[in-house]
Amino acid sequence: MITKTAIKSGEYYDSVTLLQVAQGLLELTGVKDAAVVMGTPANKGLLETGNLLTPEAEAASPDDLIIAVRAVDATAAAAALTEAEALMKASRQAPAGSSGMAAPPKTVAAAVERLGGAANIVLISVAGRYAAGVAREALQRGLHVFLFSDNVAVEDEIALKTLAREKGLLVMGPDAGTAIINNVALGFANVVPHGPVGVVAASGTGLQAVTCYMPREEVGITQAIGVGGRDLKSEVGGIMMLEGLRALQADPATHVILLVSKPPSPDVAEKVLAQVRLSTKPTVVLFLGGDPAVIAQSGAIPAADMEEAAAVAAAVALGKNPADARINLRQREMSYKKRAAELRKRLAPGQRYFRGLFSGGTFCYETQLILRDMGIVVQSNAPVAKQLRMVDSNKSVGHVAVDLGEDEFTVGRLHPMIDPTLRNRRIVQEAKDPETAVIFLDVVIGYGSHEDPAGEAVKAIKEAQAVARGDGREVVFVASVCGTADDPQDLSTQEAKLEAAGVMVLPTNAAATRLAGHILDFGKG
Amino acid sequence: MPVQELFGQPLKAVNVGLESFAVSLEDQGIAVAHVDWRPPLEGYVELTHTRSGVDIESVNIGAIERICKGRPLLVGMGIARDVIPGMGERMILHAGPPIGWDRMCGPMRGAVMGAAVYEGWAANYTEAAEMAAAGAFEFDPCHHHHAVGPMAGIISPSMPVFMVRNETFGNVTYATQNEGLGKVLRYGAYGDAVLAHLKWMEQDLYPALVRALKLTGPIDLRSLIAQALHMGDEVHNRNRAATSLLFRQLAPAILQTSSNEIALKVLKFIDSNDHFFLNLSMPAVKSMLEVAEGTEGCTLLTVMARNGTDFGIRVASMPDRWFIAPAPIVQGLWLPGFSEKDANPDIGDSAITETGGVGGFAMAAAPAIVKFVGGDSSLALSVTQEMYQITAGEHEFFTAPVLNFRGTPLGIDVRKVMATGILPFINTGIAHKEPGVGMVGAGLVRAPKKCFEDAFKALRELAYQ
Repeated sequence: MITKTAIKSGEYYDSVTLLQVAQGLLELTGVKDAAVVMGTPANKGLLETGNLLTPEAEAASPDDLIIAVRAVDATAAAAALTEAEALMKASRQAPAGSSGMAAPPKTVAAAVERLGGAANIVLISVAGRYAAGVAREALQRGLHVFLFSDNVAVEDEIALKTLAREKGLLVMGPDAGTAIINNVALGFANVVPHGPVGVVAASGTGLQAVTCYMPREEVGITQAIGVGGRDLKSEVGGIMMLEGLRALQADPATHVILLVSKPPSPDVAEKVLAQVRLSTKPTVVLFLGGDPAVIAQSGAIPAADMEEAAAVAAAVALGKNPADARINLRQREMSYKKRAAELRKRLAPGQRYFRGLFSGGTFCYETQLILRDMGIVVQSNAPVAKQLRMVDSNKSVGHVAVDLGEDEFTVGRLHPMIDPTLRNRRIVQEAKDPETAVIFLDVVIGYGSHEDPAGEAVKAIKEAQAVARGDGREVVFVASVCGTADDPQDLSTQEAKLEAAGVMVLPTNAAATRLAGHILDFGKG
Repeated sequence: MPVQELFGQPLKAVNVGLESFAVSLEDQGIAVAHVDWRPPLEGYVELTHTRSGVDIESVNIGAIERICKGRPLLVGMGIARDVIPGMGERMILHAGPPIGWDRMCGPMRGAVMGAAVYEGWAANYTEAAEMAAAGAFEFDPCHHHHAVGPMAGIISPSMPVFMVRNETFGNVTYATQNEGLGKVLRYGAYGDAVLAHLKWMEQDLYPALVRALKLTGPIDLRSLIAQALHMGDEVHNRNRAATSLLFRQLAPAILQTSSNEIALKVLKFIDSNDHFFLNLSMPAVKSMLEVAEGTEGCTLLTVMARNGTDFGIRVASMPDRWFIAPAPIVQGLWLPGFSEKDANPDIGDSAITETGGVGGFAMAAAPAIVKFVGGDSSLALSVTQEMYQITAGEHEFFTAPVLNFRGTPLGIDVRKVMATGILPFINTGIAHKEPGVGMVGAGLVRAPKKCFEDAFKALRELAYQ
């Protein structure tokens, strides 16, 4: 075995390209491991963990590109390094027939010029340490910002949002996966029809979920503004939640407003609810896991989970009584109990545990809250309470909800919404455990996501079922698909693929969680 | 655009980062420009004002205006020792930042040896080298004397030089007469034939040109360069049109003021040397840029120059400092029998043309240049387009027809180079690394980033100290 490194000084490629190159190298015969990263301290740490950190790599600067391979022999290693260069070169190749006139702009200024000087929004997804600089330039040019990048310093976030507020601009993010502006999906987002509901959300999948649930209630949206997970913390003070809220309050097309977040810090919650009071527009507020009483006091309509938030907002938009919407959901849940009792019969003695494998952080969080309320204690790598943290997120013990989008799984690889490999492996791993009763999945479609996530999941589900059956067991699969009929992957096509594989597919993550919870309700069974 | 105006407006998006986001937007029918983004250079921060509160952007724009106002005229000629300020008796001026004999590259040493014999200081080339090593000559950069020299850029006291006066501001710049291609001193060739040619230039060419210029009066070089850009030149590595235009202006006067024999020889020489005008475009651009030197807070380059060992830049607000890095190797086309392993690192003051908005920066005006430096014609366009992203403005007089007569990118802003990571492009000839051989090819090269990182650090110190 031999480890080889090549350093390319001053070369820059985006992280997805580099991950794809690394993937290409791993497919070569004789290559055991490969990494293609910029020489940042964080990436060197990654190389060290993978035993790929050679002295040359150690000496590389943050703007050097490191290609590191471990291979069976020197020939294979050298071939891999050559291949890496070829792959990177191919990624840069201009499409055939393009002339120099179409040479790509290299700065925001040049890109704005290319659009005839009339750009209005900039999407930023460069590495976090550079993102603030690009965002600042965009704001100074009077452009709204969709800031997908994570690892942006909180000081930068505050400065950017303060500047944006002064200029009357939006900063959606950092770490905002999702926004829908004028019914155009930005980043990881879905194609949602136009309608009267405006959304501001602090979580990416939270925003995706409520906007996708809305069309199922025959209601569309005006705007969905993602503000990033840190916006409602004290330091940032909810600057963009407040700006977004004000904008929707002033927007004549928006008749109903829906806010989605984890419970903000109390001072921020107060500010947000005070702003809610200033408008006569009905406002539904979901502080996931928070106290509904505070919300109700402010005159807003509280919701308990994302399904309810969407249903209530839709009911209000349609001029219906939101109480009826809640009753409908409770009735639907009653029907799950019967279905759960049937499914429970498939389980062998000893099959007792819930194994949730999530690609969306908010789904993971919501599921834990709902199961907790059903009396099921779930551990997680992104737990709802500190004491519920998994000891080892790679090893499931008892009931677990694993967020595969957390840093420990995504450093050096693509997000599970794009690359299903890691979750697929975990699905099979859980099926081998004789204590696994339910494997629970969220399948997220729309722009940004994998082109066929259900199809990918089904490959692993079939393998998992074979493994369990081989051991004389049956594992129950429960899932929900977050998406719409207009998404490129098409909601019903994706649902049908899962159902065909024997998966219990429910319309929402909350509904799916409740079904799973009832299956595990052994006490009354 | 306020949020309320964004709502309901068609989105027009700029995408910086993951290309898939741009593809998704296109799929939804949204106008999107994807940025081929690269990270800023090490040490970049936003820099908008000097310590004393000077707004850098407006200072830079002011500098651009003054550069464009400059009107370089070829006003006459003289002998270096008589006309170049500070020219010492045993002084040899060279291209690029300061350097001593010990660190000089092969071609520069060759040219120094040739000049020492040409001046009669040494009897032969071996003796010339020994004298140089012993410190018998004083070396100084051309740029320290308002002069510029292509390749090795050697100017010794007896050499005739052009005098270019910036009519608007009064400053005068200098350059020798261009020797032509092949075995020539500026490429490090020496030897009897090289020196004989230099002697002819001193004894026949120079007096003929002096006589002709008296008759023609000052020749407007800014106008001549502007015309040449519309005829396919970029006046660094393509000077064919400019040389022809100059020939048209000089020929009648030469015929009128020289004997038939000399006139024929002089006109044949100018006609056969496509690069004759290079030694006028360089001092012309130099004279335009000089007026920005010493401007407080100005972050624009006034010099990019190489001595074959080091690459150096100078910044308008710090006119006496050089920021240097090892000179890079040029990639390009090779003359028959030569390859990259023969190449000397980048050399010459001719990058003054790029610094002043022509040369590589004006390649869009000179697509035919790719036959000389390599690549296809689209490269010529994209180089110019890329350079707009690091310049403070556009030239008022030098324009590119193919870009709908847009002004060429002018005024390399250290801040923009730092912010974008885009390094200035230079197109250039390549000298053999050994003395005495000459030209081996031509190609394209980017200025080294270290020069800009160091200059930026110094600018920040000035701004924040």
